[in-house]
Amino acid sequence: MDTQHDCANCPAYNKANLIKLGLNLDNIDYVIALAGNPNTGKSTVFNNLTGLHQHTGNWPGKTVSRAEGGYSYDEKRYKVVDLPGTYSLLSTSTDEEVARDFILFGQPDVTVIVVDATRIERNLNLVLQILELTKRAVLCLNLMDEAERNHLEIDVRGLSKELGVPVIPCVARKMEGIPELLQAIKEVADGEFICRPPQIKSHSKKLNHAIASLSEKLLDSYPGLPNAKWVAMRLLEGDNSIIEAVRSGELGNLNEIQPGVQA
Amino acid sequence: MSNNRTKGEDIIAAANSARWELGTNYHDSLIESIYGEASRISRNTVKQKGDKQAYSFDLKIDKIVTSRWLGFPIMFILLALVFWITVSGANYPSGLLASLLIDTLHPMLKDLATTIHMPWWLSGVLIDGAYLSMAWVIAVMLPPMAIFFPIFTLLEDLGYLPRVAFNMDNLFRKAGAHGKQALTMSMGFGCNAAGVVAARVIDSPRERLIAIITNNFSLCNGRWPTQILIATIFIGSLVPAKIAGLVSAGAVVTVALLGIFFSLAVSWGLSKTVLKGEASSFSLELPPYRPPQVLQTLYTSLIDRTMIVLWRAVVFAVPAGIIIWLVANIHVGDLSLAEYFIEWSNPFALVFGLNGVILLAYIIAIPANEIVIPTVLMLTVLSTGMSDIGAGSGVMFETDSIGNTASILHAGGWTLLTGINLMLFSLLHNPCSTTIMTIYKETRSVKWTLVSTFLPILLGLIVTFFTTQVWYLFHG
Repeated sequence: MDTQHDCANCPAYNKANLIKLGLNLDNIDYVIALAGNPNTGKSTVFNNLTGLHQHTGNWPGKTVSRAEGGYSYDEKRYKVVDLPGTYSLLSTSTDEEVARDFILFGQPDVTVIVVDATRIERNLNLVLQILELTKRAVLCLNLMDEAERNHLEIDVRGLSKELGVPVIPCVARKMEGIPELLQAIKEVADGEFICRPPQIKSHSKKLNHAIASLSEKLLDSYPGLPNAKWVAMRLLEGDNSIIEAVRSGELGNLNEIQPGVQA
Repeated sequence: MSNNRTKGEDIIAAANSARWELGTNYHDSLIESIYGEASRISRNTVKQKGDKQAYSFDLKIDKIVTSRWLGFPIMFILLALVFWITVSGANYPSGLLASLLIDTLHPMLKDLATTIHMPWWLSGVLIDGAYLSMAWVIAVMLPPMAIFFPIFTLLEDLGYLPRVAFNMDNLFRKAGAHGKQALTMSMGFGCNAAGVVAARVIDSPRERLIAIITNNFSLCNGRWPTQILIATIFIGSLVPAKIAGLVSAGAVVTVALLGIFFSLAVSWGLSKTVLKGEASSFSLELPPYRPPQVLQTLYTSLIDRTMIVLWRAVVFAVPAGIIIWLVANIHVGDLSLAEYFIEWSNPFALVFGLNGVILLAYIIAIPANEIVIPTVLMLTVLSTGMSDIGAGSGVMFETDSIGNTASILHAGGWTLLTGINLMLFSLLHNPCSTTIMTIYKETRSVKWTLVSTFLPILLGLIVTFFTTQVWYLFHG
């Protein structure tokens, strides 16, 4: 890690300098959502980026509503929204709804998914669900020090290939990996990096067919809808809030407020 | 838009018919495919080198702090330790702040008011009412909060709270409530409004409502000073001075435990009657112990938590101070408004081992529990006509020492019974106005807000009534 500290001291390394904006959210270029399982360190990442002091605690469920803050990096201004930690986006508790609605209706430019490096398999369940919702994501592989302590060897490049999004190993409590994370967020936000998340298919052909035909119908009515497949799945599930969004036409507004480059 | 609407209905209809065709195991098959994919990716990218030795230390600690026999004693000892540090550490800075804000600054302000010929009622309302109540709240609240919040936050950072939840889970489940209620209850020890908001982590609306209604049984930060002061005066004074601090802390812990008991009992009662249902199961992660970040914790808990709570208290204390001054100084005939209420409610209050002063203090202190004790003192002086103590009628004052406070209360006819009942009533009464507002915001229900408000008062009256009757049985 010593080499990294040396690099971090070099002015060339920091030329794109992070400026913490705190609560100053004027003239925002990009909106960043912070999502992830409970107790993975989302609020710590949030504090590192924004310079705010959102309360952190070592227990799942600390953040129940969303907090907002800002930072500026490489001459662009970012707004960060810290979402409640959830294990999935499929059930309907209030905290999960807050997280899901923001990723779906708030249409963040980049969703940063904070993952506990010591519990990758369980965390991936949420990651895959989020990648159904949005294609533009960065995986922040946090708590790498604990993974090392636990003798876990993680193939970061392989993980990035499998998920089709940048994967950045971090130790947020010690600010390690934050510069790389900022760069990755920037590249996804301005379209330099194009994410290609996997398409999950069920084993049931009947289901795959139903989802395909329904997404086609959705795309007919709402061209450019970014997450038609996910909406189709939720409709099949009978998710009331999504049915309501389709009925009221709120869904149709989604593609209009999509700034930046479409992946 | 209307075009969208019909298109929307088409899509919903298509989804409905497809759902019928797919049958009921659709949801499972979808989740299965996600889990399958997650496990495949993690198999390909994560390797375990050697054994998992690193966690064995965590496991050893967990075996002790969550063990069947040691879990609860360790919890109580930690709790007592936190209070003891808070009680003994807060005394000196509190006195210092009081002598600065009240003994020094207050007379200076009064002198200033006289020099600029401020009318007596204006200087009364502003300096004896608003300023003094604010000064009291700062003197009484700031030191304990500045000690209590950081210690509590350090425990939280370390990862102890989920262990508390783990220990309590079984009890809450037996009471028909959600195990996570142990977490919201712990948050309530800091601030009930925060505890009510924290109940969002509970998925089931039934269990969430139970957690919200019972959160008030967690003694909050605004009530700790009352408990500590009364315990020191009436219970600590019964034993030799050497162990008085410990005994007082023990009395406060007892009241806090009583609160946990009521939390469980009321949860049980609700889940057997109006909020019937089975407790839902959940999986609670016990996160690894992490060394707390001491400096950051201090900063966060001091600047964010302490200052925010203190600011709120000050905001509520200022108008309350004005009201206290007014009811004590507006006379109808021979008596002030306060004296009318105290005389009128005294017979009723005595049945519960309280007195009219305490009842009026609690009505005035609905906005913020912190100002109960200063209000009680001021009203006691007023109603017993002790004109030589304090700064005169209608002035909330800090007395020089706890012994001085004791002599005022004894002169006002207070006994050990009054002290015990005040501690009980301080545990069991309506939540403060902020909490009530938060409950309404979270539940969106007038009915449940009213239940959360009045249920604790009812319980408080029942408990103090029985305590009083039992007391008279032995001391009558």
